[in-house]
Amino acid sequence: MLLEYRSLQNSLEDEPEVSRFSLLCRKVWQLRLGTLGGIIIICLVFAAIFAPVVAPQDPYSQNIMKRLMPPCWMAGGLSEHLLGTDHLGRDILSRIIYGSRVSLAVGISAVLLEVAIGVALGLLAGYYGGKVDSTISFLVNCMMGFPFILLTLSLVAVLGPSLQNIIIALGVSGWPVFTRVARIETIRLREREFVLSAIALAFSVRRLLIRHILPNLMPSILVIATVEVARAIILESLLSFLGLGIKPPTPSWGMMLAEGRDYMLNQWWLAAFPGSAIFFAALGINLLGDALRDLMDPYLRKA
Amino acid sequence: MGSYICRRLFQSVAVCLVISAISFFLLFLNTDPALLLLPPEAEIEDINVFKKRMGLDRPVIVQYLDFLRKAVLSGDFGESFVTKMPALSMIAERFPATLELALATIIFVNLVAVSVGVISAIKRYSIVDNIATFFALMGQAMPLYWLGIMLIIIFGVWLRWLPISGNQSFAHLILPTITLGSWILPINMRLVRSGMLEVLTQDYIRTARAKGLTETKVLTKHAFKNAVISLITVSGMQFGLLLSGAVVTETVFAWPGLGRLAVSSILMGDYPVVQAIVVVFAMCVVLANLGADICSALIDPRIRLE
Repeated sequence: MLLEYRSLQNSLEDEPEVSRFSLLCRKVWQLRLGTLGGIIIICLVFAAIFAPVVAPQDPYSQNIMKRLMPPCWMAGGLSEHLLGTDHLGRDILSRIIYGSRVSLAVGISAVLLEVAIGVALGLLAGYYGGKVDSTISFLVNCMMGFPFILLTLSLVAVLGPSLQNIIIALGVSGWPVFTRVARIETIRLREREFVLSAIALAFSVRRLLIRHILPNLMPSILVIATVEVARAIILESLLSFLGLGIKPPTPSWGMMLAEGRDYMLNQWWLAAFPGSAIFFAALGINLLGDALRDLMDPYLRKA
Repeated sequence: MGSYICRRLFQSVAVCLVISAISFFLLFLNTDPALLLLPPEAEIEDINVFKKRMGLDRPVIVQYLDFLRKAVLSGDFGESFVTKMPALSMIAERFPATLELALATIIFVNLVAVSVGVISAIKRYSIVDNIATFFALMGQAMPLYWLGIMLIIIFGVWLRWLPISGNQSFAHLILPTITLGSWILPINMRLVRSGMLEVLTQDYIRTARAKGLTETKVLTKHAFKNAVISLITVSGMQFGLLLSGAVVTETVFAWPGLGRLAVSSILMGDYPVVQAIVVVFAMCVVLANLGADICSALIDPRIRLE
C-alpha cells in the first residue's frame, strides 16, 4: 500500500494530467468512506453494549407457531419481527443484535492476543538481531507455511469449542503479521538518535523497548490491528458455520448463517441478514482501517 | 545461483519439519489420544493395553520421531480412524481436485488482475479504476462462504445457469473459481496497479517515450514486464492462502478435494488424516514459495545478490 501512495505522490509531481478536481473528489470520497466505517463501528459497539435495551425481542424465546415468518415488508410479515423469524420462531433482528457481542468479543480479544504475542516477538527480534532474530524469523516463516484455517480449525477441535478457546485459536494463528511489522520497524528505529541516547544512558532493555520503541510502533500496529479485527470476525463466523463455534443457543452470526443455509431456497432471510451483518461489520472495520492508514501515512499527508 | 537454491532448499525442509511437529503435538495438547479412539465406557486396563499396542505409552518425543521416520521413509502417516484406509492414499485420491481448483483460480485471478490492474494504472481515476477499487473493497469484507452461498442462490437456484456442487465438468468449476478467486483478487489487482504506477515514473520509461516509441510499445515492452515481477513472488506466497480458502470453498460447493476432507476429518476427530493433510499442505506451500523465489531470482538478478 505504502508503495502505492509513494508512487501516487511521485506521479503527482511528474505528470499534471490528473486534474486537481478529480483528486479532490477522490479525497472527499475517501474521507466519506472513513466516516461511514466509523459510523458502522459505532453502531456495532452500541448494539453490542446495549443489546438488552436495543433488541426488540428476547433472542432466545422460541415460538413454533411463528416460525419462518418473512420480514415485515413482505406479505405475511409481522411488525414485531422486523427481519422475520428463524426456524424456531426466534426474532432474527434481536439475534443479530445479540450476535454482535460474540463477534466483537472474539474480534477484539483475539487481536489483543495476536498483538501481545506478535509485537513482543517482533521487538525482541528487531532489537537483538543475530540468533534471536533468525530464530524468530524462522518461526514466522513456519507459521506462514501453515495453512492458518487448518491450524485454527484443528486447535478449536482439539481444545473444544468455547468462546475462550476460539479466541486462543485465532490469537495463536494470527500473530506472525504483527511480528513482521514490529521487527522491521524496530530495526529501523534502533539506529535513531533517541534510541542510541537511551542506550548511552544505560536504560534497561525493557524500558528501552517499552517506553522508547513501542510507542513509535503504535501507528502501524493500530492500522494492521483494525484489519485483523475484521479478519477475526470473519473467521469466528466461519468456525460457527463449520460447526466449531460457540454452542447454541447463544446467537452468533456464523451459526445463524449456517442454520439458515438449509432454508436458503424459500426462506432466504434466515441466511441473508446474518450474512449482511458480517459483511457490513467487516466492511466498516476495513474502511476505518484504510482511513487510519491514510491519516498516519506521512507520504499521503504531504500529497 | 546454486548456493541461493541450496540455502532456500535447506530452509524449506526445516519449515516442513517444524510444521509436522506442530501438527503432531497439537493432538497431545489437551487430551489423551487413546481416549479419543476408544469408546467412553472403556475400562482403565483396556486403555492401558490399547496404549501399549498402539505405542501410545512411549514418551511423546519418541512417538514423534517414530511418526517422522515412517512419514519420511515410506510416506506412512498411519491409518484413518474412520475408513481404516492409509491416510496418504486418501489424500492422493482427493489431491487432483484441489489442484485443479487452485490452478484454475490462479489463472483466473491473474488474468483479471493484470488486465484490470493495468487499465486502472493507465487510466487512473477513470470509471474502470473506480469500479475496480469499489469491488476490491467489497471483496475484502465479503466472507468467502457467504459469497459462495450467494452465488449458488443467484446463478444456481434463481437463474439456473450453472451447476452448484460437484466437479464433473468445466461448468462446475466456474462458481468455485470465482468464489476462491475473490479471496486474493483484490490484493493482486492493487499490486499490478501500484506496480504499473511505480514503473511508469521511472527514467527508462521517459527515455523510451523520448526516443519516440508508441505508447503501446512503451507499455507492453518496457513497463509491463517490470510491473508483474512482484506478481510472481506474491502468487507463490498466496498459494497457502489459496489452500486455506479452498478449505472453505470446497465445503460450500461440495467439491471433492482435500479441503473438504480436512474439514470432515477435523470434525470427526480423524487425526492421522488431519496430520497428513497439514503436512501435505505445508509442503505444497513451501514448494510454491521456493518455485516463486527461484523464478523471480532467475528473472531479476537483483534478488539473487541480496
